[in-house]
Amino acid sequence: MSNSTKIGTEQMNTDQDNIVIRINEMHKWYGQFHVLKNINLNVKRGEKIVICGPSGSGKSTMIRCINRLEEHQQGQIVVDGTELSNDLKNIEVVRKEVGMVFQHFNLFPHLTVLENCTLAPIWVRKTPRLEAEEMAMQYLERVKIPDQANKFPGQLSGGQQQRVAIARSLCMKPRIMLFDEPTSALDPEMIKEVLDVMIELASEGITMLCVTHEMGFAKTVADRVIFMDGGEIIEENSPQHFFDNPQHDRTRLFLSQILNH
Amino acid sequence: MSETALSQPQRNIVSRLWNDKETRSVIIQIIAFAAIFALFFYMIRNAVINLEAIGKDIDFAFLTQPASYDIGQTLIEYTSRSSHFTAMIVGIINTLLIAVFGIFLSTILGFTLGVLRLSKNWLTNKLAYVYIEYTRNVPVLLHILLIHGLIVHALPLPKNALNVGDAAFLTNRGFFLPSPQFEFLFWLVLGLFIIGIIFSLWFRSYAKKIQDSTGKYYPVFWISLGAIVGIPLIAYFILGSPIQWQIPELKGFNYKGGMVVRPEFIALWIALSCYTAAFIGEIVRAGITAVSWGQTEASSAFGINRSRTLSLVVIPQALRIIIPPLTSQYLNITKNSSLAIAIGYMDIVATIGGISLNQTGREMECMTIVLLLYLSFSLLISAFMNWYNKRIKLTER
Ligand SMILES: Nc1ncnc2c1ncn2[C@@H]1O[C@H](COP(=O)(O)OP(=O)(O)O)[C@@H](O)[C@H]1O
Ligand SMILES: [Mg+2]
Repeated sequence: MSNSTKIGTEQMNTDQDNIVIRINEMHKWYGQFHVLKNINLNVKRGEKIVICGPSGSGKSTMIRCINRLEEHQQGQIVVDGTELSNDLKNIEVVRKEVGMVFQHFNLFPHLTVLENCTLAPIWVRKTPRLEAEEMAMQYLERVKIPDQANKFPGQLSGGQQQRVAIARSLCMKPRIMLFDEPTSALDPEMIKEVLDVMIELASEGITMLCVTHEMGFAKTVADRVIFMDGGEIIEENSPQHFFDNPQHDRTRLFLSQILNH
Repeated sequence: MSETALSQPQRNIVSRLWNDKETRSVIIQIIAFAAIFALFFYMIRNAVINLEAIGKDIDFAFLTQPASYDIGQTLIEYTSRSSHFTAMIVGIINTLLIAVFGIFLSTILGFTLGVLRLSKNWLTNKLAYVYIEYTRNVPVLLHILLIHGLIVHALPLPKNALNVGDAAFLTNRGFFLPSPQFEFLFWLVLGLFIIGIIFSLWFRSYAKKIQDSTGKYYPVFWISLGAIVGIPLIAYFILGSPIQWQIPELKGFNYKGGMVVRPEFIALWIALSCYTAAFIGEIVRAGITAVSWGQTEASSAFGINRSRTLSLVVIPQALRIIIPPLTSQYLNITKNSSLAIAIGYMDIVATIGGISLNQTGREMECMTIVLLLYLSFSLLISAFMNWYNKRIKLTER
């Protein structure tokens, strides 16, 4: 596709508005349970952000608010100039631009790998099938599994499935990618193949928010690391400062726990 | 395994065959088949000997003799002078009528119930729940007797019939409905209807082709609906409603003209459908909930809307869970229709397996016929559903 024009418009926008995700004093409750407390986060275009924190701290909930898989009750979330509210049109606009990769892949088991990749482009972007298939093959090549295109997800290994899931998201040409613990459900020997794909993706200028405990990955690609605990953002810093010189006790405790593992 | 074989080369051949996975399975099948065959042979021989002892043979000639009994609901020409064979055909048609109508209504009711059970609306959800729990926990025979009783005892005699818009009359002798008399122009409407169906079939593949090549998609469902229902309906009114409805009229003690649906048919149809629908509702609910929420999330995360998520992602996966138990329900409703005899609906069991049997004393023959008939209906339904199941499976693996 016309990559050059895309970069061109991106740069134009960069001058006008560098912030692509703006989260402002956002709160969320599950019933009585205050799961996200006063979240403030601005993400610049092209920025790579790694989010970590203990289990149950609200990491998934927060990134799922960005494409409105969860709704927030207070505050503001603006994605690429579109504010998320109950307005279904706005939600659709945001979801077109935001790709998501899940911990458990969530591939469609009744469709082939290729059909998994073409479903959304065909039905949401109204791409002609042939074009969608060509594009899907390109992305499958990029995640290094073009030869699996006609298999069903159940016939692939976990690592291959997660790479398909990444390709499937990329087929929508999203400006922002959300990853929710993409390697947590994988066997150790498959983690690397998925991380490699993500590192390559990171080098291409896409905006990335990634919940992960892969600290090596964080050090390599992250512009910023965010630490969450108890539904709050406790600390955010560059990876260097974050790992070498954590400011908060809870961060230190958390880092000592995952690094000693 | 090969190791043990090597270490014990002197093991005898029987033991070796028995311990081979494939030969063992063949041996077991041969033994099982022989046993079943022997059992059948023994039973049939026994029956023949016993019949001979009381001076009876097996003879199907009685089928050509006059049945000399009346049947209330006959879709083909039948009088008491018709043969037992014709009586049997009437019974078959009546059984199939209940099965087909029952499968149709229970499927619609059942899918509606299943979806209502999943609704977030507290009231509809609980109503569906109560309906399902009540209906499936009362024996179906009771439902049949109850509804039949309601029609026969609660509905008025023909002379004070429940009048529905001066066209239909509900009485305890049955529901008297207007019957259509088709005028010439009606066939034009019918022609449009058939053209509508053909057009829709063609349009489906045309729309897919257009979508594949340009990405643009048409509202196929609504356009098809317009072609099949809308245009014929408009034509019907433009052509001046070319159907004359013959309205039933009270003549003496009963209604004449129009058509009558008998209370036994209605009772059996409603009772079987409502009962089976409760089970189908649970099957549908289980099938849809078995598709993980993550599937819906992944689909909506792309911006695919709710109805497309259902039709493209959830339903195709739910169907393969729903179809096998749904098949059993279709078989159940077909076989449960034999309870017709309780309210005197003349199905297979009541005709050839009931009155014909009693009059001729041909138990073996009649029961064999009844058994073979149910068996073939069931096998036909199974075969069709298996074919359908395979078809939707093939698209996925
Ligand atoms: N649908 C839900 N209903 C109620 N509580 C939930 C729901 N989803 C998550 N939670 C709770 O919200 C908290 C944060 O969950 P989550 O965002 O998944 O944490 P993390 O991803 O950081 O492990 C947890 O305590 C979890 O139990
Ligand atoms: Mg999580």
